[in-house]
Amino acid sequence: MSTSGAHGHATAPATLAAELRGKTGQNPAECYQCGKCSAGCPMAVETLLRPHDVMRLIGGDRRETLLEGESIWLCLTCEACTARCPNGCDPARMIDALREMSVARAPRAVGAFHRSFLDQVKANGRMFEFGLVLEYKLRSGKLLNDVFSTPGMISRGLLKFVPSPIKGVADVRRIFAACEREAARDLHASGADGRDQ
Amino acid sequence: MRIGYYPGCSLHATSREFDESLRATAVALDVELAEIDDWSCCGATSGHATSHLLSVALPARNLALAEEQGMQEVLAPCAACYNRLASASHSLREDAGLEIKIKEILARPFANTVRVRNVMELYRSLIPQITEKSAGRLKGMKVACYYGCLLVRPPGVLAFDDAEQPTSMDEICRATGATSVDWNLKVECCGGAFSLSRTASVIRLGRAILEDARKAGAEALIVACPMCHSNLDFRQSAMTQSGETPMPVLFLSELVGMGLGLSARDMGMKRHFVNTGPIEKRATETAAQVAAEAAAKAAKAAETAAKATAQAGTAPAGKGVA
Ligand code: SF4
Ligand code: SF4
Repeated sequence: MSTSGAHGHATAPATLAAELRGKTGQNPAECYQCGKCSAGCPMAVETLLRPHDVMRLIGGDRRETLLEGESIWLCLTCEACTARCPNGCDPARMIDALREMSVARAPRAVGAFHRSFLDQVKANGRMFEFGLVLEYKLRSGKLLNDVFSTPGMISRGLLKFVPSPIKGVADVRRIFAACEREAARDLHASGADGRDQ
Repeated sequence: MRIGYYPGCSLHATSREFDESLRATAVALDVELAEIDDWSCCGATSGHATSHLLSVALPARNLALAEEQGMQEVLAPCAACYNRLASASHSLREDAGLEIKIKEILARPFANTVRVRNVMELYRSLIPQITEKSAGRLKGMKVACYYGCLLVRPPGVLAFDDAEQPTSMDEICRATGATSVDWNLKVECCGGAFSLSRTASVIRLGRAILEDARKAGAEALIVACPMCHSNLDFRQSAMTQSGETPMPVLFLSELVGMGLGLSARDMGMKRHFVNTGPIEKRATETAAQVAAEAAAKAAKAAETAAKATAQAGTAPAGKGVA
C-alpha cells in the first residue's frame, strides 16, 4: 500500500486508526468499549493501558501515548482479549501492530530480549538458549541480576554451549534481510523516517 | 503411522525432556517421527512482536521444507512453535497478497499444503492404544491439565478444541487411568515470554495457577508447552510459600509415558527442578495396585472358569450314566 500523495510527497495517513486498519485489516472503531477484553487480561493489574484502553486511545488518535508508553510492551500476546471479545475485535493484533510501529522505542529490557533472540536466529538459523541469556544480560545491563540461575541449568545439562549454524543459514539470513527491506520501505512510505518532510 | 516432526529450538535445549519423552512414547505407540531436515527457528514471540512479515516468513520456510520432503502433516510439540506455524499457515490462506510476498521471500516452491498438529492432537488420535497399553496403570492419580494460551488461542486459527473449556488433554490423561481434576485456570496465561524480561509478572501469574491446582486436589500439573514448563517448574520455588508441598510439573508426554510404563530415566525427567521423585513413586504404587487388582481378578476368573469346567465335566458324565 502506498501512501504517497500526488505530488510525490509522502503524507502520513490521516489517523492512527486508519493506519492500523491498513496494517491489520481490522477496524478498531468497531470496539464498543464493553471492557470484556480487559476483564480477562492477565496483565490488567500491572499495565497502565488495558486492552480496551488501547482500543479507545487508537480511536482517539493518541499516537504518542500508545507508541511511547510501556503498556504495549507489557502485553503477553496470550490472546485472551481477542478470543473473548463479543464483537470480533482483535486487540492482541492491534497491540502487535503498534509494537511493530514502535520497535525502536521499546523499553530496554523487553526490546533487548527480542533483539538478542532474533540476532541468534539470524546468526545460526536456530536459537541457542545459553547464548541468548548471555547476550540478553549484556544488552539490558542486568549482568548482576539473577535473571536465570545458569549454574543450576548447566548442571542439569539443560543449556547447550556451542552454537552450530544450520546448513540453510544463508536462507534464513536472506529472509531476515527481505523482511528488513520491507519494513524500511513501509517506514519510508509513511514518512515516519523524516526523509520526506 | 508416520508424521513429520518439527522439534523447535526449546526441545533441543532447555526442554530436552519433552523431546525425549515424546520420542519414547512414539516408539511405544508405533509412531515414526520424521524430523524435518535442516529446520530453522519459528521466530517465536520475538518474531511477531517486532515484524508481522518475519513472523510468517520464518515458519513458512519450515512448512516449505516439510512439503519438499514429502510430509502431509507436521507435529510441532512446542506450543509456541505450533502456534506460530499454524498461524502462519492460516494467514497465508487468508491473505493472497501476503502469500505472494512470502513466496518471493522464500524463493522456493511452496503450496502451503502441510497440516500442523500439536501433541494433544497426536495423542488424542491414539487414545485407544494408550488405554489398552496403560491398562489403567495410573488409576487414582489426580492431575490438573494446564493448557495455557498458545495451544487454544486464537480460536479462529487453532480450532482443534474448545478455547475456554478444552478437554483433549483431560481425555488423554484419563486414558492412562489418571483422574483429571476440575479447576479454574486451565486456559490462563503463565506469563510465557516474560520469563527473562519481567520475572515478577511470571511469579504472580504462576503462583495463582499453582494455588488453584493445589486447591482442586491435583498431585501434579500437566503441561504441553516448554515455556509454561520452565516458568512453573524452574521458577516454582519463588512461587511457593514455605510449608507448601511442591507441585511436580510434567509434560503430557511424560504422563503418557508413565502410563505406558516407561522409565523416568528414559524420559529425561531427572532434569526437572521440582523433584519428580514423589510422583514417580506414586505411579509405581498405583501401577502395583492396578496389577494386583488385575491379578486378583484374573485368579478369580480362572477359579470361576475352573468351577464351570468342573460342572460342565460332571454334567455330561451324569448324562452318560443315565
Ligand atoms: S471486548 Fe471487544 S468490544 Fe469489548 S472493549 Fe474489548 S475490544 Fe472493545
Ligand atoms: S493478549 Fe495482551 S492485552 Fe490481550 S489479554 Fe493477553 S496480555 Fe492482555
